[in-house]
Amino acid sequence: MSTAAHPVRDAATMLRRNLRHMARYPSMTVMLVGQPLLFLLLFVYVFGGTLGAGLPGVPAGDRSAYLTFVTPAILTMTVASVSIGTAVLVATDLSGGIIDRFRTLPIAKSSVLTGHVLGAMIQTALALAVVLGAAFLLGLRSAAPLERWLGLAGLLALLSLALTWFTVALGLASPNPETASNLPMVFVLLPFVGSGFVPVASLPAGLRWFAGHQPFTPVMDTLRGLLAGSPSGPDALRAVGWCAVIGGCGYLWARHLYRTRPVR
Amino acid sequence: MTTRTSAIEATGLRVSYGGREVVAGVDLTVPAGTVYALLGPNGAGKTTTVRTLSTLLPADAGAARVAGYDVRREADRVRASIGVTGQFSAVDEVLTGRENLRMMADLGHLGRQRARTAVGRLLERFGLTDAADRRAATYSGGQKRRLDLAMTLVSGPRLIFLDEPTTGLDPRSRRGLWDLVRKLVAEDGTTVFLTTQYLEEADRLADRIGVLDGGRLVAEGTAAELKRLAPGGHIELRAAGRAQLAELARRLPGAAPDPAALTVTLPHDGSVGALRRLLDSVDDGAVTGLTVHTPDLDDVFLALTGRLAATGTPSQEAPV
Repeated sequence: MSTAAHPVRDAATMLRRNLRHMARYPSMTVMLVGQPLLFLLLFVYVFGGTLGAGLPGVPAGDRSAYLTFVTPAILTMTVASVSIGTAVLVATDLSGGIIDRFRTLPIAKSSVLTGHVLGAMIQTALALAVVLGAAFLLGLRSAAPLERWLGLAGLLALLSLALTWFTVALGLASPNPETASNLPMVFVLLPFVGSGFVPVASLPAGLRWFAGHQPFTPVMDTLRGLLAGSPSGPDALRAVGWCAVIGGCGYLWARHLYRTRPVR
Repeated sequence: MTTRTSAIEATGLRVSYGGREVVAGVDLTVPAGTVYALLGPNGAGKTTTVRTLSTLLPADAGAARVAGYDVRREADRVRASIGVTGQFSAVDEVLTGRENLRMMADLGHLGRQRARTAVGRLLERFGLTDAADRRAATYSGGQKRRLDLAMTLVSGPRLIFLDEPTTGLDPRSRRGLWDLVRKLVAEDGTTVFLTTQYLEEADRLADRIGVLDGGRLVAEGTAAELKRLAPGGHIELRAAGRAQLAELARRLPGAAPDPAALTVTLPHDGSVGALRRLLDSVDDGAVTGLTVHTPDLDDVFLALTGRLAATGTPSQEAPV
C-alpha cells in the first residue's frame, strides 16, 4: 500500500461519491435551482414593470430593461443557492461516522472537502445554464462577444469556488444539517442589500454605504457590465479580490475544522 | 523497541477531552496477530483510547506506537497500516454496498483489477453478495455492521480497531460478527483491538482483556483470570410471600433479602453441588423462581472496584 498522497485521485473518488448523491437526490438539486428561477420570474413579471420604471431612462412598464438589470443578481443568487446544498452534505457527513473513516485513511487531507467543492461547482454550472437559459427565454438580449462571456463564466466559477469553500466550513461548523441549511441563506439574501435588484443610489444613506462595500455588489456590477458590454476594471478587481478573501478564509477555516471537529 | 512483535505499544497515555482527563495513564501492549479487548462501562475512556491510537485524537502525554510507527509523528504511516470501525456506522447509506467498498478500494489506491477482486471477495465473505447492489440505507443493522467491517478491510490492514462492534445488534447478528472476527484472526493473522461493554464478547474473542475504569486499566489478563476475580456470580431466589422471604433470609447463609422485589440474593461459586444443596434446603412452596447469574461485567467490576458498573449488561440467565 502506498502512503504517498494522491490528492487529485482521492478528490476524484470523493467527487464521484458526491455526484452519486446528487443524482440520487434530484429533489435537492431541483429545489436549489428552482429557488433562483422563482425569483427570476417573480422579479421580472411581478415587480419588473414598476422596478424597471425606476431605472434611469427607462419608460414605465418596460420589463425587458429590468430583466437585463436583474439577471446578474439572479445568477449570483444561483451560486449562493447551490452552496446551501453543499453545506448540508458536509454537515450530514459529520453527523455520522463516515468522516472519521475518511480521517483514518492515508489520503490527502483536503481531498474529502475538495470532492464536495468540485461537486458543487458542477452542480452550479448546470444550475447557471438553466437560469441563464430561462432568462434568454424571457427575452434577455446581450451583444457581448465571446471573450466577455468567458469572463462572465470565469467570474461565476470563481464566485462558486469561493462561496462553496466558505459554506463547506459553515457546514463543518454547524451543530446539525438543519443549521447547515440555514446559515448560508445569508448569501442568498445578500444580493438584495446590494446593487442586485435596485440601483444602489436609490437606497437610504446607511444601506447605501453597506451596499457599496459588501462583496456581492462589485460581483454583480461586473457581471452586469460584461452582459451589457461595458465592464469596469476597478469593479472586476474588487470582485476578484472579494472572492479571493472569501474563498481563502473558507478554505483555511474548513481545513482546520476538518482536522479538529469531532463527530456529532 | 519490540516493534516487530507488538502491534500496539502505549505507555503512560493521557488524553483530556472537554476539560476532563478521560484517559489517565494507560499502558498497553498488544502482540501482533492477537485479539485484545478493552472492557468497560460507558464513559470509561474506551472510545477515547481507540481514537487516540487510531490518530484521530492527540494524546496530552505518553507515547504510543501502532504497527511500529509513532502515532503522533508518523500518523500517515499508522493510517496506512490500520483499519478503523468506529462506534457510529461509517457506511454511506446513499451508495450501494458494492459502491461503498469500491470507494474504499479507490481511496486505498488499489487499482482497477485488484479493487474488483477485493470487493467481490469481501461481499462474499461477509454474506452481502445478494444485497451488493441495494443502497445501504435498506440494509438491516447486522448487514450494515458487516458492510462497515468489510469497508475497513478493503485495503488489507494488518491491525484493525473495532469500537463496540456489536452494540445494538441482535444476538444472531452478534454471533455472526464474532465468527467473522475470529476468521479474520485465524486466516489472515490480523491483529484486532476491540472495545466492548460485554464480558461475554471479550470472553469469546479476546486473547487478553483489559478492564478500563475511569480512564485507568484496573485489571488485565485472560478471560479466565478475570473471572477468577469474581468467582461464581450469584443466585437469586424469588419468595412466594413476605413470610417465606423472611424465612429464606434467616435460614440461608449470606442471603441478602430485597423486600420490595421479594427476592434474596446469595453468593454462588458456580458449582452444581452448591446449587443442589441449596435446592434441597428450600421448601417447594416457598420459592416461585430461581435465577443463576454467571459472572458478568457487573460482577468483575464489583470485585475490582467495589461498585457496580453503570451499564446494564446482559447476564446469562437460567430461569427455572
